Amino acid sequence: MALSSSSFLSTPSLPNSKSTISFASSVSPAPIPSLRRVVFRSHRREMTVRSKIREIFMPALSSTMTEGKIVSWLKTEGEKLAKGQSVVVVESDKADMDVETFYDGYLAAIVVGEGETAPVGAAIGLLAETEAEIEEAKSKAASKSSSAAVAPSPPPPATSSPAPAISQPAPVAAGSDGPRKTVATPYAKKLAKQHKVDIGSVAGTGPFGRITASDVEAAAGIAPSVAPPPPPPAASPTATTAKATTTSSPPLLPDSSVVPFTAMQSAVSKNMIESLSVPTFRVGYPVNTDALDALYEKVKPKGVTMTALLAKAAGMALAQHPVVNASCKDGKSFSYNSNINIAVAVAINGGLITPVLQDADKLDLYLLSQKWKELVGKARSKQLQPHEYNSGTFTLSNLGMFGVDRFDAILPPGQGAIMAVGASKPTVVADKDGFFSVKNKMMVNVTADHRIVYGADLAAFLQTFAKIVENPDSLTL
Amino acid sequence: MQSAFSLSFSQSSLTLPNRPLCSPNAAPRNLRFCGLRREAFGFSPPKQLNSCRFQVKNRRIESFDYDLVIIGAGVGGHGAALHAVEKGLKTAIIEGDVVGGTCVNRGCVPSKALLAVSGRMRELQNEHHMKSFGLQVSAAGYDRQGVADHASNLATKIRNNLTNSMKALGVDILTGFGSVLGPQKVKYGKDNVITAKDIIIATGSVPFVPKGIEVDGKTVITSDHALKLESVPDWIAIVGSGYIGLEFSDVYTALGSEVTFIEALDQLMPGFDPEISKLAQRVLINPRKIDYHTGVFASKITPAKDGRPVMIELIDAKTKEHKDTLEVDAALIATGRAPFTNGLGLENINVATQRGFIPVDERMRVIDGNGKLVPNLYCIGDANGKLMLAHAASAQGISVVEQVTGRDHVLNHLSIPAACFTHPEISMVGLTEPQAREKAEKEGFKVSIAKTSFKANTKALAENEGEGLAKMIYRPDNGEILGVHIFGLHAADLIHEASNAIALGTRIQDIKLAVHAHPTLSEVVDELFKAAKVESPASTTPQSVKAAV
Repeated sequence: MALSSSSFLSTPSLPNSKSTISFASSVSPAPIPSLRRVVFRSHRREMTVRSKIREIFMPALSSTMTEGKIVSWLKTEGEKLAKGQSVVVVESDKADMDVETFYDGYLAAIVVGEGETAPVGAAIGLLAETEAEIEEAKSKAASKSSSAAVAPSPPPPATSSPAPAISQPAPVAAGSDGPRKTVATPYAKKLAKQHKVDIGSVAGTGPFGRITASDVEAAAGIAPSVAPPPPPPAASPTATTAKATTTSSPPLLPDSSVVPFTAMQSAVSKNMIESLSVPTFRVGYPVNTDALDALYEKVKPKGVTMTALLAKAAGMALAQHPVVNASCKDGKSFSYNSNINIAVAVAINGGLITPVLQDADKLDLYLLSQKWKELVGKARSKQLQPHEYNSGTFTLSNLGMFGVDRFDAILPPGQGAIMAVGASKPTVVADKDGFFSVKNKMMVNVTADHRIVYGADLAAFLQTFAKIVENPDSLTL
Repeated sequence: MQSAFSLSFSQSSLTLPNRPLCSPNAAPRNLRFCGLRREAFGFSPPKQLNSCRFQVKNRRIESFDYDLVIIGAGVGGHGAALHAVEKGLKTAIIEGDVVGGTCVNRGCVPSKALLAVSGRMRELQNEHHMKSFGLQVSAAGYDRQGVADHASNLATKIRNNLTNSMKALGVDILTGFGSVLGPQKVKYGKDNVITAKDIIIATGSVPFVPKGIEVDGKTVITSDHALKLESVPDWIAIVGSGYIGLEFSDVYTALGSEVTFIEALDQLMPGFDPEISKLAQRVLINPRKIDYHTGVFASKITPAKDGRPVMIELIDAKTKEHKDTLEVDAALIATGRAPFTNGLGLENINVATQRGFIPVDERMRVIDGNGKLVPNLYCIGDANGKLMLAHAASAQGISVVEQVTGRDHVLNHLSIPAACFTHPEISMVGLTEPQAREKAEKEGFKVSIAKTSFKANTKALAENEGEGLAKMIYRPDNGEILGVHIFGLHAADLIHEASNAIALGTRIQDIKLAVHAHPTLSEVVDELFKAAKVESPASTTPQSVKAAV
């Protein structure tokens, strides 16, 4: 494999058949004072370089590759690397390839974790030359990853959390003589490494006092993620003793499982807790949608979606009621936004994201629809840029397609109001002359921050919104 | 099948009078009926054969009880017996244990049944895999006895098929332990003596247990016990990471065990091409509940007793220093197999075994203590140790029958494929890359490598099984295939295109023009041929020559 590693530098275009490749690493240009910039491939020995942390780049494994997925890190953080060793496996559009290091050193930090994707040329890890620099590189990596769009989930705390299993002394195996050595099963060792748990500090509760996977999970403060395969029903020599150990998390019902939050779910959770500090109130308003539905039928063939129609209507209404588009940042003042950016909640696999239609009041319906399609596509492939999901000034949430007739939304932090739209349903209405007729009615419910938006403001806004929807010709202008 | 058979029968009867001059193109066509596939013959009426045998008898000058006697009715003996009948030989097969031998009763066959279960368990347990298909499966479980029964039922079925196929063809199955009394003379059972023109020893092998290891059949076991699946331990150590160990690790981890490998060499899966074993380790070992100790011997293994677990003493393979003591629930000894050649009466014909193996030349003729060939005595299969695989034994047996019926034949062992039925499978034929490079250095030719990935294969992606690699080692100057190694979905079935090409001497520049159905996994191999850069042009195909004439 030494052959192929050198070929990476000498031949820029790479044959696809090679499955081992070396990453180009360079000295980081980041402004860490103790670092000196060194020209790539300089005579390292002659120079007095105090410390050096190299970035490991996502290599271009084929001419068509624009980004690569990390299949697996073959080394763990802190592990020593020798020149020519395979460090990481990268999946390109064609194959999985080993990426080798050009330098001796330590894998100081993994910036892009397994299963994540990074564009070609992006730093995926940091290589420290000496052990002393590992810490420094780690802090650097932390700043890197926190700025990344999808941050790798932080490792669970290695410190002991108040899991009930470890507060009890481990049963000492009967008949043990002398100081017992640590016996841990293969999976327990793997988990310990993965969760950075010192296996020596874990008390084993398995047969013969051995450390099992559930012991490590308890020590790491996580419940078993996947229920272990059922123990064989027949009596194996150890089956009875083993059974007792697999039930170490009392609060869980049998067959239930605990799945940790993804980064996105953590963000949602955090925002929801934060929202509790804002005093909100709600105002509902029934809106006649016959005209809107008729318009929708007309413009649907041109690619206009209901979301775009509603966003446009909300945008136009907000333009007349700037206070509903404002926010309260400090509890002391109104922050009026210069743009009307409508965030629209979208459920995506395992999460929720709010792509933002910027300047919804200004863009015409067709451009808005086009923009929306683009955003949804990006959201599904997790390629939204931060400004495309966090620049909203007002949020629209529509559950009408599920047949929901009305619901209540939680106000996202940093915004003044959120609109919850239910389904449009045929409703019997009586007019002022007592004549009954059937009209399509849709319940719109807005939640707002009462520090800045008062009841009358919201009611007036809704009235304007209803007028626009009921006379929707202005939407197409 | 019926028609194919009568055809070959008529041929052999025609060529019998001048057997030594047997037409060379008469035989190869029949080679495809080797091994277990001949079970299909079980239904051919034996009548024609009897008349054939009668003819043969009349024409014989010397008088033997049989033309051919085979000691051992494993897959090797079975393959030889069926081919011998086809060639018109009066054949007997001696079996001291059960028909089918190791492969059918304690090897390939029941292990495939267990692996079929483990493959399904693996799929059902892989939530991510199922989700990617849009499938929802609630918890997968298994019934150990049911799994074990599947394995033993399969073995029984194949054993019966094998027995019936031989009976139907008129092979005499003689029960008892066989041994060689002298030239062309065999004893079986208590004191039955028969004579035969030619004798094939096909006694196979038994699991090899290094000294210091106490096998109790419960917690310290060999593959013989493991295949019965009497228990699924929580934690099992597997000594040896070759085919057998690897396959069992696949079974045990799928059924919920954790596995510790103990390997004497410095890396796992030492027999495979290094690149394949690296990838295999990444897929078959690292993500599973498996850890390993390499470069160590298990110097002492004590079964679980008196409330103690199984204890395994590890010593350094080189320095022999004590390294570690493992405590596990069970240990599977998969350190290879030892030839089963004791009590064969080899001393009667002055043959000395080498580490138990019977020495043979490239035509499977037995070599005696003075380095001379023993006339009319052959040894095939695990007992000669050339290539310890069931289908190799069968091929060797067929090769011997070809020779004794007048057609010289030397089996090309480099064309015999091998497979490991893990999930995904591993298969190979010919040389590994280091072997090829060594040979190239010695003989002064260039070696090139072509590789393709299962990721680029439509069928593999449809199955959500894109993990895999195919690799071909070849000579760029003349297009000769030196070796092919495949790791991926159905690799064991994919290797034959390459092994046939090697056996028939087909060159890459010719085979690359052959067409493969799309979308199939076979395109992985097709891509290999197409990716190769061969300097010589394709030869004119025989068909086009014929068409031109």
